[in-house]
Formats: sequence, structure tokens, C-alpha cells
Amino acid sequence: MAETEKMIFPAQLHQTADGGIVVSKLDDMINWARSNSLWPLVFGTSCCAIEMMSAADAKYDWSRFGFEVARATPRQADLIIVAGTIVMKMAPVLKRLYDQMPDPKYVIAMGACTISGGPFFYNTYSVVKGVDHVIPVDVYIPGCPPRPEALLHAMITLQEKIKHETYFGKAKTEEGK
Amino acid sequence: MTNEEIKTAVSALFPSVTYDETGEFLTLLITPAEIRSVMKALRYNTEFSFDYMFCLTCIDWKTHFMMVYHLLSKTHRHNIVVKAKIADVNKPEIETLCDIWQTANFHEREVYDLFGIRFLNHPDLRRLLLDEGWDGYPLRKNYVDENMISL
Amino acid sequence: MSLLGEPELTEEGEFVINIGPQHPSTHGVLHLKVWLDGETIKKIQPHLGYIHRSIEKMSESLSYRNFIYATSRMDYLSAHINNQACALTVEKGLQIEAPPRAQAIRILMAELTRLSSHQLWWGCTGLDLGAVTPFFYAFRERELIMEIMEETCGARLTQNYSVPGGVMYDVHPNFQNRVKDVMKQVKSRFREYEEALTGNVIFEQRTKGVGYLSAEDAISFGCTGPTARASGVSCDIRKWFPYDGYDKLQFDEIIMTGGDSYTRYMVRMEEMKQSVAIIEQLIDNIPEGDFQAKTKMVIKLPKGEFYQRVETARGELGVYIVSDGAASPYRIKYRSPNFSNLSALSHMATGAKIGDLVAIMATIDLVIPDVDR
Repeated sequence: MAETEKMIFPAQLHQTADGGIVVSKLDDMINWARSNSLWPLVFGTSCCAIEMMSAADAKYDWSRFGFEVARATPRQADLIIVAGTIVMKMAPVLKRLYDQMPDPKYVIAMGACTISGGPFFYNTYSVVKGVDHVIPVDVYIPGCPPRPEALLHAMITLQEKIKHETYFGKAKTEEGK
Repeated sequence: MTNEEIKTAVSALFPSVTYDETGEFLTLLITPAEIRSVMKALRYNTEFSFDYMFCLTCIDWKTHFMMVYHLLSKTHRHNIVVKAKIADVNKPEIETLCDIWQTANFHEREVYDLFGIRFLNHPDLRRLLLDEGWDGYPLRKNYVDENMISL
Repeated sequence: MSLLGEPELTEEGEFVINIGPQHPSTHGVLHLKVWLDGETIKKIQPHLGYIHRSIEKMSESLSYRNFIYATSRMDYLSAHINNQACALTVEKGLQIEAPPRAQAIRILMAELTRLSSHQLWWGCTGLDLGAVTPFFYAFRERELIMEIMEETCGARLTQNYSVPGGVMYDVHPNFQNRVKDVMKQVKSRFREYEEALTGNVIFEQRTKGVGYLSAEDAISFGCTGPTARASGVSCDIRKWFPYDGYDKLQFDEIIMTGGDSYTRYMVRMEEMKQSVAIIEQLIDNIPEGDFQAKTKMVIKLPKGEFYQRVETARGELGVYIVSDGAASPYRIKYRSPNFSNLSALSHMATGAKIGDLVAIMATIDLVIPDVDR
């Protein structure tokens, strides 16, 4: 099998007389399925949410990568795209939303505000300076707001990350491969 | 009405009001004690009929607070600004106007939240933007926040 | 009461639920505490501040050039108009006026912004009321406008294009041709919009007679923009207090008297056509000349107070600057249209069914970061 095809479907196909046998690792198969059907939570606080909506429209179309099932409840979502500034009053709510999501769950920090407070870093009294003070983040995207392409890039990066995890344990890198 | 006409009409009713014409709008300077009577006259007298309050805010001048009310009349198309000086910095208080203009309800709550001015007889005076337990009033000039990073 | 906690029973049959801060129909992080009697709304208490970013405090330590950029993030769907309002306020303080070319460019950009904002609103209104198609239709045209913005301003959403004295750069050489092309497309699509949503029986039944607001209440609550104009209140700042040369243009202020959600919807639909008309008048008549007036590097406003209002896509935005003569403002207050429009929500929705609340909120067209600032 060619290298590129391997990446798309992580298995080897052995032809037999009456069909074929697929040989793969369970981890790879699960990760393949998981990474291609991430359900994001509809969560937007400010400007980045509009670019997130643009990523869902026909021009950018995130459903090409399996993201189109946006859920309004955290209990059905496994990805939270933090699109917009998080302030002190919102932080407990965000934490609560994150806690309500079933494992395994992922976080994309979209935009400068969620990385560090961004334009609201200096001289503000109510802005959380980086959403990673509240919840763990998997992928950061810079920009104010980032373009929809940047969001797509972040999502594909997240898919790559998921593909390198072991489903019943921690990430491969932490386990010593 | 022109500014001069407003001035004469207001002076006839409230002789103690002083004026400031340096800015874009005619400004009426009043004391907090007479705010209800002045505002009621401006709202309900047909010659003024300032039915639309388009801005309500406060300025912290360190020595005193200045309440600023921007008014517009939809019928006569004239603007004025009414300012009330609150001299007591430690316990700033002024009467509410939210029964005269309903928009004052939210704006006064915002000013209470960020400046700590108590609006007497306000039906629902709670913090609007910040948490109930927030310490201090952030738009005051003497507000100190240890977590705030300044350039 | 817990933040997103259990519903609580107060009186016999009365029920309290919390909508938000994370709820798709609130268009952001608005938290509504709703008292219900069965399905009928008895009272609504909005809880704000979930995106209060202290822009006013922050602006007190920024220079007169820099504070403008924070306002793009306030009402991000009218980002250019917010910038324009701030630039105009600073110009008022400096007693200068932008050159005619800059004014024309600003108006063109402002109307493009208004158009794209209304398109997004139209798509989201459809989405809120259960129709997914409008969202894709609306974003199709919106993306074209975003491309024009990007070509000239370098950003899609938060343009930061207006500066004190004019605009930051001249328009892109392709600007005029592209705008004309896009306007042609947008105009041909209005029919599609109307076929998709306006005449739809379900849509009409969900919006007609829902969320009535009388003219007196609209004025008293300080409502502006399409929300007030649907109640028969004339409040278009472009007509009342023209800025940047709006008085030289031919357009109508759309005023309707229905006062319900459907009328608010119709006002915005007509406003889109007016925006196209303004753009078409101006696009071939951009005056030649400078795009920026000369200003000093460090701008200092004289002592005093300056107030400028503009018409954003949602209503009247007022920028109130108090200067003590320094290089940064002493106090800035943004009188935001959404803040006042939101305050009328409880009044409009009382007596309606809880499902209607979504229709009411959709047609007020709230942008929560503009409410909280």
C-alpha cells in the first residue's frame, strides 16, 4: 500500500480468494474514526465566533473534515473551540462546560484573546489572560480573529494529535512510545 | 428651540441652574438635590419634551463625581446635556431617573457597577456587568487591581 | 440560585429557567433568567457581563490613535462603523475634517459593513427559527464582501481602517470593479432571500405579532436602529445628524409601524437595499485627492468633551470622550445600541411564549460584546 493511502486509512488489506482481510491496530482504527468525526460545541463569546461560523459555511466548509455536527450541549460534544475572550465572570462557566463534556475531549484556543488576553492584556481588570489558566488547551491559533483557514489548520493539527494517541492510555509521547 | 430659548425657559423655572456653552451641546449644571424636578420638567413640559435619553454616564474627577445626562427631543430635535455634581466622594448618592426614562434603569445599574454611585429609589440596584462579590469600582480613578498589568 | 443550576419553583405553577450564558440562540454569552407560567413568559432578567472586557478602562491608558482598535472588537459586525465613530470624535476634538475622498471611502466601507452585518443577521435569524438554508445563502454573499474588505483593509472582520483624519490606506486598485460586481450579485440574490424566508408560512407565523414594542416605549427604552424604526420611530443618525457627507446622498430612512418581529425583519431587508443604493451612488464618484488629513504623530485633544454619534447596523453608537488635554482620554463612554435595545427585551417578551423569545432576540439582533464592552 502506498504511504499516502496508509495515512487515510490506517490498515493493511490482504486480498484472499473470497474477499480480503484487514489488519490493523485497534488504537489506529479507533483514532482514525475519532479524529474524523469530532463534534464541536457551539461556543463563541465574541469576534472569533463569527469566523468560526465562516468556517462552517459553504466556502470553507469544515464538514469536509468531519466537524459539521456542532452541538449545543457539552454532553454531546468532544471538542470545544474557545472562540473569543474569556473574562472572569465567564471562566467558571467555561470550566463547568468543559467538565460536562465526556472524555476524551479536546480544546482549541482560537484567537489572541484565548492565548494570552490578546488586545485586552494590558490595563484590563476583567479579562482572563489566556484560557489555559482555566482549561487545558490542545491547539492554539493566533490571529485577531484568525482566518477560517487557520481554524481548519488547527483542526487538522488536532486530528494529527489524536492519531498519535493510545485510546486506553495516555498519549504515546508520554508513555515512551 | 435654540439654546438661548432653552436657557430662558429653564431659568424661568429653575433660577439656580447655571450653564456651560463651551462644548457642542448646551450644558445645564444642577445640584443632585434638584435633579428630579429639573428632569421631570425637561421630560414632560411640552416646550422641552426631551423624551429620549441617549446617554447616561459618570465621570470621576477625583474630587467629585459628575453625572452626565445627554437628552434629545424627538419632537423638537434639540439636544442638551445635564450635569449633576456629586461632591461626597465617600458616599455618592443621587436620585434615580428610571421612572422618567426607562433606559436609565440599565444605565444607572452600569454606573453603580463601575463607579459605585448609589441611585436612591432604584427598583433593582445590583451590579450589572461584574460579579456580585467584586471588590471596588473599576472605573474610579483610585481603583487598584493587583492583577492588572500596566504598560 | 446556582449559575446554570436547577430550575426553581417560586409560586404555584411558576417556574424559573436560565437561558445561557452558553446557548445558541443568545448569539453570544447572554444569560437570561426567565420566569415562566407554563410556557408564558412572566418576566425576564438579563444578566450581563460574561464578555465585559473593560474596554472603557483600557482606553483611558491608550493614545488617541490606539484606542480605536479596541472598538473593532466591540460590535464586531459593524467594526468599521465603530472605528469611524471614534475617528470622527477625535477629528471633532482636533477640529479637522477628513478629506472628501476619505469620507467617500468611509461611507462605502460602512455600507458594505452594514450590508454584510444584515446578511449575517438574516442567516442567523433563519437558523434560530429552524431554517438552515438561509445561513448558507447569506454567507455566500457575505464572503464576497469580506474579500473586498480583506483586499483593501487587510482584515476580514476587524478592519481598523479608519484613523483620525481619514483612512489608513487608499483603496485597492480593484476596489471599484469588485464592489460593482458584488453589488450586481447581491442585488440579484435579494429575490432568493425573500423566497427562502420572507413569505414562508412558518416564518410568518413565528414572527407576526410577536414581541410588540410601541413607539413610546421604544423611545423611552432608548431603542435605536431597525428595532426602533420598526416601531415607527425616526432615529437614523445618517438623516438626523449627518456625518462624513451622508447628507449629500439619496437614500430613504426605512420606517415601518408594525412594531413586531416581522416588521423588524422587514426593516432590515429594506435597509439592505438602501445600502446597495448608497454604494451604487458613490462607487463611481469617489473624489480624487488625499485619503488622510495631516495629523500630528501624537494626538492631543484640547480640554473638553466631545460627543459623536453614528448609525451602526444595530442603531445609534455614541462615543463620548472627556479630555483633560493629555495624550490619552480621561474618560471614554460608549453608548452602545445593543445595550439599550437589550433593556427593552423584558418588556417585549413578557406575555409571549418561550419559543417566541428566540424570534424576538433574533430580530433585535444583539451582539453581546457590544452590550458588555
